[in-house]
Amino acid sequence: MGLEDLYQEIILDHYKKPRHPGRLEGDRVEVRHYNPVCGDELTLGLRLDGDRVAGVAVDGKGCAISLASASVMSDLVLGRRVPEALEAADAFRQLMHGEAEPDEELLEDGIAFAGVARYPVRVKCALLGWMAFRDAAARGLAGQDGGETVYGEDENAARAAKAERLPGERY
Amino acid sequence: MTTTTTPPRPDPASGQQASSAPGQQALHAPGQQAPHAPGGLAGGDLATRVRADFPLLAREVHGKPLVYLDSASSSQKPAQVLAAMQEYYERHNANVHRGVYTVAEEATHLYEAARGKVARFVGASERATVFTKNVTEAINLVAYGWGLRNLREGDEILVTEMEHHANLVPWQLVAKLTGARIRAIPVTDDFLLDLDALDGLLTGRTRIVAVSAMSNVLGTVNPVAAIAERAHAVGALVVADAAQAVPHLGVTFDDLGADFLGFTGHKMLGPMGIGVLAAREDLLDSMEPFLGGGEMIRDVDIESSTFNDIPWRFEAGTPPVGDAVGLAAAVDYLAGLGMDQVRAHEVEVTGYALKRLAEVDGLRVLGPADLEHRGGAVSFTLGEIHPHDISQVLDEDGIAVRAGHHCAKPLMKRFGVQATTRASFYVYSTTGEVDALVAALDKAKRFFG
Repeated sequence: MGLEDLYQEIILDHYKKPRHPGRLEGDRVEVRHYNPVCGDELTLGLRLDGDRVAGVAVDGKGCAISLASASVMSDLVLGRRVPEALEAADAFRQLMHGEAEPDEELLEDGIAFAGVARYPVRVKCALLGWMAFRDAAARGLAGQDGGETVYGEDENAARAAKAERLPGERY
Repeated sequence: MTTTTTPPRPDPASGQQASSAPGQQALHAPGQQAPHAPGGLAGGDLATRVRADFPLLAREVHGKPLVYLDSASSSQKPAQVLAAMQEYYERHNANVHRGVYTVAEEATHLYEAARGKVARFVGASERATVFTKNVTEAINLVAYGWGLRNLREGDEILVTEMEHHANLVPWQLVAKLTGARIRAIPVTDDFLLDLDALDGLLTGRTRIVAVSAMSNVLGTVNPVAAIAERAHAVGALVVADAAQAVPHLGVTFDDLGADFLGFTGHKMLGPMGIGVLAAREDLLDSMEPFLGGGEMIRDVDIESSTFNDIPWRFEAGTPPVGDAVGLAAAVDYLAGLGMDQVRAHEVEVTGYALKRLAEVDGLRVLGPADLEHRGGAVSFTLGEIHPHDISQVLDEDGIAVRAGHHCAKPLMKRFGVQATTRASFYVYSTTGEVDALVAALDKAKRFFG
C-alpha cells in the first residue's frame, strides 16, 4: 500500500481543482462542519429545488483527503434528488468503513477513496464533506436554517462549559 | 537561566539499580555497550556513539530505515533502561513499603533509590519529589492540592499563550471551582514571551504563575528564573512545566527558581507511565492530599484519616515501581552522557535543521531562530499543505514527525494556524536524518504542488 494508492490521481486532481468552490449566495442552507482535532473545516452551501439539489458550493480548509472528498461529493450530488444523493452518501460511508466494495456507478470519482479505508485516522477526513451534505440536506428538506457542527474534543469541552458551578459553592 | 548546566551526577555506581540488590548485573555505560557502534568515535558525534543503544531505531518502516523525529512527544528507550526494568520484574517485583520479606524490601529499596536518583538529577529535595503518572498529573496535583484550597474569587492565575494544555486546563478547572481568573502572558511575533506585558499582568492578585520552561511547539526556552523572581516579588507561586526542559536542557530546580516543577519519564529516555513533581519542601508539606487511598495514610478510621508524610502523602495506591526503576536507569544514562553534551548535540542538530529547512521554498518555521533561546523542537508550515498530508508523505519514507496542534491550541490560534508539522530531536538524532526530512518535504511539495 503506497502513497499513490491513498492519494490517487483523481484525489489529487480534486484537491488541486475543487469542482464547486466558494459560497452560495441568496436562498440556500449553509452549514459549517469543523473537526478541531485535525483542523479540517468546511462551509457547505446547498440550494434545493423541491427535493433536487439545484446548487452546491464548498468552502474548505484542511487536508487533501477532506478537500478532495468534499469536491467529489459536490460534483456527485449536484442535479440529483436528495434521496439518491443520500444513497450515495451511505455507500461512501460503507466504503470508508470497509463494509462495501466500491460501486463506480453510484460513487463515480468517489471510488478513488477506497484506499482511505486502510488509514483509520484519515477516514474522518474523507467523511467530513458527506456529513456536511447530510446535515444541510436534512435541514433544507425540513425548511430549517443552517448551523454549525463541531466534532471531537470540542464536544466534550462544550459539555464542560455548560456545567455551571452552584452559587457560592466552594471546595 | 543557564541552559547548559550539568545536573548533579548520581553516585558513581549508578550503572546499577541498587548495589545491594542481589543478582544485579552492572549495566553498560551509555554509548559503550553498542556492539555494532562504529569504533574510534569517542568525543565525536554523540548520536553516532549512542544510536546502537536504542533497539527501536534499528527498525524499518515501509522498507526504509526509521527516521524518528518525534522525541518531543516521546523519546525512544535505550537498552539499559529496558534491561533495568526487565531485571526488576524478573528478580525484585513486589509491592512496596510494607512487605516484611526480602523481595518486597528490595522493591522498596529500588523504588526509593530511584526517587533519590531522580531528585539529585534535577537538584530537588528527595522528600519533595513525588512520583506521578505524568506531567499532567503532577500539575493537577498542584492545581487541586494547592490551588483548590488557596485560591479565592478575584485571585488570578497567570499562564502563557504558549502553554501545553497540561499547564492550562487544570488551572481552568480549578479557576472555575474557586472563582479565580485566568490571564495569559502573550507571545511576541518573535515567538518569545512578552515580558514587557508582565508588569501589567503580574499584580498583587496573582497567586499562581504557570509557565513552560521550554515550549513543546516553538522550542522557545523561557526565562523561568527571571519570571519567578518577579512572581515571588508579588507573592505568587510558580509552576513550571519542565516536560521538555528537563530532558533536553539539563535544568535544575534552583536554575528555574520555580516552586513546583513537573516533568515526565518517557520524554527523557525512560518508560511511559511515570512522571515527577519536584516541589519546594515547605509548600508540599503544607498541602493536603490530592488523591486518597492506600499508601498515603497514617491512620484510618471509618469517618476520617490522618495522612502520611511527604512525598508518600501524594502517592496514593500502588506506585509504578518498575517504571521508577526504568526512569532511574534513564537518569543514569543521561548523567553518563552529561546533560551539557546532550544540549550541545541538540544545538548542533537544531542549528543544522534550521539552516536546511530555510532552503525549502514556502516553509515557515514557528519558533525562535536564535539557538540560545530555543531547544530542539522545530515546528513549521509548508505552504498550504496540511500537516497531516505532510506527515503521511513523510511516513512513506519512514520519517516520523508530529502533525497537529501539539496540545497547544491557544498558541495555534495566536499564529493563525490550525496545525503545524513538528520535527524534534534528541541524543540519537543526526544531521543525516535532517537531510532525509528535507528531501521528503521536497517530495511532499512536488506531490501536492
